[in-house]
Amino acid sequence: MEPSRIQDYAIIGDCRSAALVSRGGSMDWLCWPRYESPSLFAAILDPAIGGHWKISPTVPARTTRRYVDASNVLVTEFETPAGLLRLTDLMPVFSEEEKKHVLVPEHEVLRVVECVRGEAEFEVRFEPRPNYGRREPRLRSARGLGIRVEDGSHLYTLRSDGPLEIQGHAMVVGRARLGAGERRHFSLTYDAHGPAVLPPLGTHSEEAIRRTTAWWRQWASRCTYDGPYREQVIRSLLILKLLAYAPSGAIVAAPTTSLPERIGGDLNWDYRFCWIRDASLTVHELLNLGYPDEAAAFVGWLLHGTRLTRPRIQVLYDVYGELPQREELLGHLKGHRGSRPVRIRNAAAGQLQLDTYGEVIDAVAQMCRRGATLDLETKSMLRQFGQYACENWQRPDEGIWEPRTAPQHHTHSRVLCWTALDRLLELHQMGVLSRLPTAKFEENRRLIRRDVEDRSWNSSLQTYTQVQGGSTVDASLFLLGWYGFANPSDARMRATFQRIRERLEVAPGLLYRHEESRAAGEGAFGICSFWAAEHLARGGGSLDEAEEWFERLLSYGNDLGIFAEEIDPSTGEPLGNVPQAFTHVGLISAALAIEERRRATTKMGSVDQRRPPIERRDSEVHL
Amino acid sequence: MNWGSWLIWGFAATVILTTVMSGSQGLGLTRMNLPYMLGTIFTPNRDRAKVYGVALHLLNGWIFSLVYVAALHASGLFTWWFGATVGLVHGAFVITVAMPILPGMHPRMASEIQGPTVVRQLEPPGFLGRNYGIRTPISALAAHVIFGAILGAFYSPW
Repeated sequence: MEPSRIQDYAIIGDCRSAALVSRGGSMDWLCWPRYESPSLFAAILDPAIGGHWKISPTVPARTTRRYVDASNVLVTEFETPAGLLRLTDLMPVFSEEEKKHVLVPEHEVLRVVECVRGEAEFEVRFEPRPNYGRREPRLRSARGLGIRVEDGSHLYTLRSDGPLEIQGHAMVVGRARLGAGERRHFSLTYDAHGPAVLPPLGTHSEEAIRRTTAWWRQWASRCTYDGPYREQVIRSLLILKLLAYAPSGAIVAAPTTSLPERIGGDLNWDYRFCWIRDASLTVHELLNLGYPDEAAAFVGWLLHGTRLTRPRIQVLYDVYGELPQREELLGHLKGHRGSRPVRIRNAAAGQLQLDTYGEVIDAVAQMCRRGATLDLETKSMLRQFGQYACENWQRPDEGIWEPRTAPQHHTHSRVLCWTALDRLLELHQMGVLSRLPTAKFEENRRLIRRDVEDRSWNSSLQTYTQVQGGSTVDASLFLLGWYGFANPSDARMRATFQRIRERLEVAPGLLYRHEESRAAGEGAFGICSFWAAEHLARGGGSLDEAEEWFERLLSYGNDLGIFAEEIDPSTGEPLGNVPQAFTHVGLISAALAIEERRRATTKMGSVDQRRPPIERRDSEVHL
Repeated sequence: MNWGSWLIWGFAATVILTTVMSGSQGLGLTRMNLPYMLGTIFTPNRDRAKVYGVALHLLNGWIFSLVYVAALHASGLFTWWFGATVGLVHGAFVITVAMPILPGMHPRMASEIQGPTVVRQLEPPGFLGRNYGIRTPISALAAHVIFGAILGAFYSPW
């Protein structure tokens, strides 16, 4: 079986887990009950043994697909010579109020196949392979109650009103011909904590589609952005929402592991965890798009989920704030298009990344500017973070890009330590945080600034550099403007932008994250390219330049507007784990910056700076 | 039944149980905070919840110690090890039965099937309370064993 490519995948989910469905109608990735749980389907990493669930026409077809309105309900249409077949994929969702009245399975995937025009024959092939394909499960027919797949205490139940039969030990197949208007429904449910809940099929399934579409549509309608890129911004928001684990508020970086940054290479990592680094940017976008509950839930998780390692903040955690166990290589899987090894869990968890303090504190500051209050324990924790930043900012660290090499003095990390102290002093000024050693924090903030301006600026190259005293650049330097350390229109930032373009721009609009990327064979980094567009919009260039850069980048999304971590500069294809929350955060941030600039230009006013004015309002948000 | 002895040692055992649990938190062993979980039943304000919760927890502990005292009388074994055994059974019940059903009773606690709606709620404890840290069951069991051992050792029936 020929593996699908990264751009062929769409995502569906229920805010606790996610699945990837290919253009060909094959569900090639599904982990239940949580994002980082072992997979049931992993054909994306090995078509032969990973397991998949395919529903497709029996003859070659031309395929188009879309999401239903602003929802996460996926529709794939197969145009065959004899008719049009439509496949609808979703994970049904319920509001908390609805759950009080109906019994729902712990998880469900619903797939509905319908002949829209003419007639069409389709086939089903269901090959579950639990635990990353390490186990061949026992399949058992329970007649009207479906086909049961038992894997320890996990029970998966496949049910349909179409023909299904078990073939061999561990495969289910089916085939049917449909006339115009005819439908067949397929439901796969998961239960581990009690007897299986088996939702009815037929009209109940249709109702589930209607209800789920309505829920997503209603959620998306709250988006306050009304600029020209609304469709792309909403798709990015919907993806971010799918990656947010509702029971704790955590947001995972991506729902997949080991999709390669270089096809055939070994740059394959597990992103099904929550990176603290993403905090302040994510919170900024959620707040600015009208989603304060999601922002508060995420900041709540940041503050309370991570307390076991306090005052040290680790690089990444699982959705409940635990550190991932040891990284493991899955040698039995071939990897996506031969890209080995396949890794699960992530060894970067043990690195020192000093930027995390600035990111967490900036996220808290954003919430407090909107009226959130802090409890005594959180205040004490923030003071501890400030002390930690004062005592450790001079240390070398692994930095934002997590190289598995010796620690260095990264400019970005220094600036984020500056951000940590700057925001704490701001919270103190706002009256939110008392008993702060202000003199000490102010002195350290001043020392960091001088350190960065003296040692991170290379006067012969006329640029800030990736590491102090170095001669290479790094796209994270754009964030000096984002965090208010420098103004994008400053001479130094403009010069740095030029140097970054010279050294990192690999194709129009596409930037590597750093200079080592080229030699490593990585792709262009999605969020770095969006940062460049935002930098232009925030004063580093003109509005036209920013829009042109941004629109060029949008063309690199797949047909559904989904971005992975990286983009292959030679083919434009996505690389790395998909969809990548950080890239979509970058997209939203750039779109918002462009809109701000447009409005400012229209009013003939000045461009708003990164930090919004302090806006106090009554709030019930307690962090 | 010696009411005076129960009042004193029931209270002392509760205070020590609370101290052990809080100490476990301070040492980074667990995020479980029983007073806070109890207090948030009544208020979302974290600071106030802790105050309410501590009072309620002390009262709860006192009431629960009656059950321990009843068990000591029923068995006639007024020893630290029998009290510890009752504590072990109680602790096991708490983490295997009470914790997982807490989301169904607590108005501000999310459940494992929460979503996609996000609410600012307490994360659910999960089986054995492991969502609050994988060492949670150990600290919860230890606290209850110590609670029972104190009652068994110091409660005087006469």
